[in-house]
Amino acid sequence: MLFKSHGGVHPNDKKAPANEAWISTIPQPPQVVIPMSQHIGAPCTPLVAVGDEVRLGQKIGEAKAPVSAPVHASVSGRVTAIEPRLNNLGNMVTAVVIENDFKDTPADTVAPAPEEALSDPELIAGIIREAGIVGMGGATFPTAFKITSGWGKVDTVIINGAECEPYITSDHRTMVEHPRELLQGIQLIMRACKVDKAYFGIELNKKFAMDMLNFHGAKDMGIEIVPLKCQYPQGAEKTLIQTITGREVPPGGLPAQVGCAVFNTFTSYSVYRAAYEGLPAIERVVTVSGSAIAAPKNVLVRVGTPMQWVFEQTGGFAKTPWKIIMGGPMMGLAQYDLNVPCGKGTAALLAFSEDENRTVENPVCIRCGQCIDACPMNLQPIYMYMYEEKGDIEMMQKLNLTDCVECGACTYICPGRLHLTHAFKTGKAKLQAYNAALKAREEAEKARAEAEAAAKAAAEAEKPAEPEKPAEPEKPAEPEKPAEPEKPEKPAEAPAEPEAVEETVEAEEAVEEVIEAEEAADEPVEAEEAAGEPVEAGGFILEPVEADEAAGEPADAFEFPDEPAQDNEAGGN
Amino acid sequence: MNEQYNFIVSSSPHIRTPRGTRVIMLDVLIALCPALVASLIFFGWRPIMLTAVSVACCVLFEYLYRLLMKKPQSVDDLSAVVTGVLIAFCLPPTAPWWLPVIGAFFAIIIVKQLFGGIGKNFLNPALAARAFLLASYAVLMTSWAPSNFANVDAATYATPLASLSGGALSNVSLGAMFLGNTGGCVGEISALALLLGGAWLVYRRVISLRIPVSFIGTVAIVTLIFSRGNPHFLWMLQNLFSGGLLLGAIFMATDYCTSPVTPKGQIIFGVGCGLLTVLIRYFGSYPEGVSYAILIMNLTVWMIDKATPPRRFGVVKAPRTKKSEEAAK
Repeated sequence: MLFKSHGGVHPNDKKAPANEAWISTIPQPPQVVIPMSQHIGAPCTPLVAVGDEVRLGQKIGEAKAPVSAPVHASVSGRVTAIEPRLNNLGNMVTAVVIENDFKDTPADTVAPAPEEALSDPELIAGIIREAGIVGMGGATFPTAFKITSGWGKVDTVIINGAECEPYITSDHRTMVEHPRELLQGIQLIMRACKVDKAYFGIELNKKFAMDMLNFHGAKDMGIEIVPLKCQYPQGAEKTLIQTITGREVPPGGLPAQVGCAVFNTFTSYSVYRAAYEGLPAIERVVTVSGSAIAAPKNVLVRVGTPMQWVFEQTGGFAKTPWKIIMGGPMMGLAQYDLNVPCGKGTAALLAFSEDENRTVENPVCIRCGQCIDACPMNLQPIYMYMYEEKGDIEMMQKLNLTDCVECGACTYICPGRLHLTHAFKTGKAKLQAYNAALKAREEAEKARAEAEAAAKAAAEAEKPAEPEKPAEPEKPAEPEKPAEPEKPEKPAEAPAEPEAVEETVEAEEAVEEVIEAEEAADEPVEAEEAAGEPVEAGGFILEPVEADEAAGEPADAFEFPDEPAQDNEAGGN
Repeated sequence: MNEQYNFIVSSSPHIRTPRGTRVIMLDVLIALCPALVASLIFFGWRPIMLTAVSVACCVLFEYLYRLLMKKPQSVDDLSAVVTGVLIAFCLPPTAPWWLPVIGAFFAIIIVKQLFGGIGKNFLNPALAARAFLLASYAVLMTSWAPSNFANVDAATYATPLASLSGGALSNVSLGAMFLGNTGGCVGEISALALLLGGAWLVYRRVISLRIPVSFIGTVAIVTLIFSRGNPHFLWMLQNLFSGGLLLGAIFMATDYCTSPVTPKGQIIFGVGCGLLTVLIRYFGSYPEGVSYAILIMNLTVWMIDKATPPRRFGVVKAPRTKKSEEAAK
């Protein structure tokens, strides 16, 4: 049975060069840089100090927050530095630098889990959490939290083997080379999620992988292999859920709301390794490919290995690289420094030569409407772009700009070479700033109204002689109090219909305070994180799989008031 | 290693389709070739001359305008070439050489560039030029000549459309109409050539079938129901193959810039074009209704787009939990 979804584009998958290349190992780097934040959620605090000896698989960073994942040493050796280092998002984050002793002395914790632990959902979730497993497709949402938060809601487990991004073959090779282990990992996830049925969505260009999985008894384990049409973004979480179950995740919602939980292929394999081999998430298969790469291949890379080392050890560049991408070509992040380490979510390292450059100096929309046909979220990128350029907040909201999953299909297909996805990322930031400013204004107004009410009450209390007004005030007159709300109720000076652009500027000013306030206000960690960096959150995704977790959150947080016409004061307070 | 290279950093996606604007326009030009060949066969070299003049003028005017206005040059996107060919296709083969020059000026400068160039004009430039020329040089624009192979008296020749407009079936055979062995504008005579071009556009995914099918389908249905000739079916087919219907439905109404972008909107647009075409053909004083129908519908594009947004993902449809539960069993 072939499932089809709306929208999508059909880029040349370019998987051929690495598709048949067996997963190989490369020499270990002399030094690994392990960032303390390789996931969505609270960053970890280092558990080691400079000079400490660490062992392979030893936990070196942890955070107590529920939405987080510990990090482990990916080699054995000595900690030489704990300092901020550049990560794939372009931020400086605390990282533990380990000098490799090339002995791979395992930590005591690296041991298979006891048999009886593998039948209890809570214990499995505990193992997954301890192993630091996150969404390996690139969204890096902590897997254990996804499982535990879905209890009671999730009735369907979906394994994402679409690998719809061009070039990437790491999941494919994992399916072909480790089908048995992969299926066992999926079984554990099913057990942990308390469901007995899983769908494994695989695009049709991986027929051999499907055969392998079927041969190893996927059906008997309750895992149904679902062939998917080759089309980007087939592996986007919402699209995948729709194609497989027919359910649509509501805007701004999470898959659990429609009873689904989606896990990446390599995540499932990592679960197997954590449970049966005791190995935490310290290693992953990375596809090295692209037009500038001499020999495309799939290699097993330790977390924290600098990109430069991977490129050097896989044969280097055949042409001058023009763009380096961590992740897939559609949603991956362009890098400017080869010292950035590979993380848990790095499924591919791509190097493109300048031949791939199709940007034009003067992008012009020709209104072909292909972006509308391509959008998996049924949006209208053409108009969203138009209003985003103008900064028209109201229209951006009306066109549901926050629904955008930033898959890049519209930008890919655009013959006018418009920078659509880029504009939508910016637009989301603008909307968020605007909403934050609105909230701030509302709070300020509320405070003012309360103060005024109090003043009124106090004023009335002063003249109790009037019989018509019964003693409303319960407090006795406090002459000091009315002095406080001196603010005159000045009508808005701004024009009645404010320019959206101005609002944004004002809003941006206001937003900083508000964000601080919100952070202090004890928000759930993931919302805070996602809200803090909406642009990156969706952007660093390799496959859009779990992107929405991050991108979707801010949408939830927005609450647009009914009368946006009075927005002129937005930033004023 | 880092210092060696200058890496570009930009927002994802990092790959783009090879099909840019120029490739799309090239596909349209390829699709227009069969019709051009048909006009060469049936009218001789004169249509080719008109086309060449028209294309050269369109490109020149666009180039000069962008140059004088100090705007980024846009002739290399080939859209001016397409406009040039389409203007020539709207002219009678007897037109003097300077007619397309005026048409090109009106289309490129007034209709297209003054509104901001490609993607910004709200009327189809070629059709607007045709309407302008028809209003200004009515006689020149309606002096028809029969095709080289038609065995008729040129002096009293009437195009099939003229007969239809008079409420009578044309005496030109359906086969001749289909092949193009008849009278009419340069590019509109051969249904076969236009359909070939249309097939190429659909195959290359330059256009979807929504507008052409809804446009032609509407004309077919309405002319069949309100037939003025007998047999009704022949009346319908003559209406489809005569005049600029196929040229308009395949190449003009599907113009990106002046047609809706939403799928639903495109169908509404096509139906509207079809209805107006029949109305003008039946009740208008001028036999041909296609160009005005499309021009009028061009003006509604913005409204249609606004009225037909695609269904928001995850909203209207309730989750099909029951069905999937059954599937799970």
